[in-house]
Amino acid sequence: MAEIVIENAVKRFGKFVAIDDVSLTIHDQEFVVLLGPSGCGKTTLLRAVAGLGMVDSGRVLIGGKDVTYLPPKERQISMVFQNYAIFPHMTVFDNIAFGLKMRKLPKETIRERVEHAAKLLHIETMLERFPGAMSGGQRQRVAVARAIAYDAKVLLMDEPLSNLDALLRLEMRAELKALLARLGATTVYVTHDQIEALSMGDRIAVMRNGKILQVDSPTRVYDLPANQFVGSFIGNPPMNFLRGQVRREDGAVKVKIGTLLIAPPEEMRAALDSYEGRHVYIGIRAENMETLDRPADDTLPVKVEVVEPLGSQNLLTTYVEDNMIKISTHPDFPAEVGGQVWLRFPISKIRWIDPETGEAITPDMETILA
Amino acid sequence: MTGRTYEQSKPLMTPAQTAALDAQRSRAKLGHNLRRGGTYALAIILAIWILLPIWLITTMAFSTPTDVRAFPKHFFPIPFSTQTLDFFLNTQGILNSTLNSLVVALLALVISTALAIPAGYAIARYLFPGRDAIRLGILSVRAFPIVVLAVPLAVVFIRLGMFDKVHSLAMMHAALTLPTTILVVASVFTSVPREFEEAAQIFGCTRMQAFWRVVLPLAVPGIAAAAILTFVLSWNEVFAAILLTITNRTLPAQILYTLDKSGDPFKFAGGFFMLVPSLIFIFFIRRYLFNMWGQITK
Repeated sequence: MAEIVIENAVKRFGKFVAIDDVSLTIHDQEFVVLLGPSGCGKTTLLRAVAGLGMVDSGRVLIGGKDVTYLPPKERQISMVFQNYAIFPHMTVFDNIAFGLKMRKLPKETIRERVEHAAKLLHIETMLERFPGAMSGGQRQRVAVARAIAYDAKVLLMDEPLSNLDALLRLEMRAELKALLARLGATTVYVTHDQIEALSMGDRIAVMRNGKILQVDSPTRVYDLPANQFVGSFIGNPPMNFLRGQVRREDGAVKVKIGTLLIAPPEEMRAALDSYEGRHVYIGIRAENMETLDRPADDTLPVKVEVVEPLGSQNLLTTYVEDNMIKISTHPDFPAEVGGQVWLRFPISKIRWIDPETGEAITPDMETILA
Repeated sequence: MTGRTYEQSKPLMTPAQTAALDAQRSRAKLGHNLRRGGTYALAIILAIWILLPIWLITTMAFSTPTDVRAFPKHFFPIPFSTQTLDFFLNTQGILNSTLNSLVVALLALVISTALAIPAGYAIARYLFPGRDAIRLGILSVRAFPIVVLAVPLAVVFIRLGMFDKVHSLAMMHAALTLPTTILVVASVFTSVPREFEEAAQIFGCTRMQAFWRVVLPLAVPGIAAAAILTFVLSWNEVFAAILLTITNRTLPAQILYTLDKSGDPFKFAGGFFMLVPSLIFIFFIRRYLFNMWGQITK
């Protein structure tokens, strides 16, 4: 069992608050990705778990044991560093064996474990080489092999793929995911690459300004962002946000976008009621809008400004009032620059956002349960 | 098609323009070659400036005493002879002072390196209050000319009963070289990425073990260069040596002391004898010196 619990962690560097009262529980054998723009505190949080930078207040528990102020070696963790940190004065074998030798394991066991880890990462033929004579991708493999051979219950990874070129990164991503699934270690993975986060994590913790904004499965983070920042940070293109006016028509709450009147789903009505006469943002993903080439009921006509053929989809750029929106369409969809298309907004795909706080408006729980 | 238009327009340049450009190009090439030639000429002059006296001293040291006194001097040591060197080595006090020099230089090296490693590491790795002040303070030792320090130093050494001792001179030499050594060692430690240490700590090392197993091995070449620098400086240092010792003279002090009382063969042989260790050491450390200045040699 190696559950990681972070309780009210705070870390300051001078006046700068790097981690601002963060609490997070990572379950045993779970793969959690810390995702956020640079300077959001994700690496600082990882280092607090690693014991390389202790928190100023709060607690860190690993496997039920309070490790807040313990040095790294007493935490039973293993780590892959952003720039690998492979020891240049040791052979690949000695690098992978380093932690095992520190534990004073018998020579035979060390050899077995090193060879096993090397095989998993396809570097078994390079064990006698020095890191200086290896490519970046190969060094990356050594760093991962070293972390795996150490066989800790917790594996920490600090942007392990960010120094690889695009193609290699793609290849390593899938390989690493398969490998880590087999190992079953509790993994914390730091990245600023949302695709990496979506594709690898069991759960994603989105961070900004030292706070965790949302912790959810990749699909939930993508489909139901907790706020406007998460919606625009994750996804390519980012989520669209349109201004809509809340008004009461025929006794029911409606939201008006341009000429279109949308009836919100039942569970949202009570919550949206309080916004009557004001604006809300309607968040919707580029691929979730229905695009039609002729007028129909409940559609909004828009003028196409840009058409970007991307192979698997065509990306259209249009404006609704002042809001630029991106629409993903099938490559065969007939759209021309300057032409008109009609958009339909499926209400189940809409995320309602409070324009002042940027937070998602939560549905009325009682209506859902009823 | 807008992209086509420039192909249909008139030729890019008239023949006169082409000629002007060619002239400009050849002028640039000439300038480049001149600058390059100048650099080489300067390098050659500098090399001769340094090598000529060394060559002269070496030639004389391997000539017969008669040839040494003769004028004009030979350019090659013909006839070759070790008579001059033999005479020098057999002079009273030379062997003894050579031994003193060795002991002083080695002691200075040990003291200076032993102090510079922790000091350099602290400057390289820790942000402690007064860090910059200490860095400046270390350098300011060099700002005091030893001539100014000489008399107070001698007085203190006599009072402490350390006067005329080999080990006290070694301490003096270590003090003189420490500023340089600390700064060199600090820069060597700075060049070892912090991640190496952190990785070592993750994989089961304490801070101390991480230093011993990972940082120190990576810093050894640089530290060795600094240590050898101390050795050479101590071997060549003469002022403090004369001042602080009387009976236990080091080699340069001994030679300087007897210089005006001896003939040319002795001077040349002494010069040669002083020269050799420095040359050997520089030969060994030149790789690290070049590294320090950013040139990578294979």
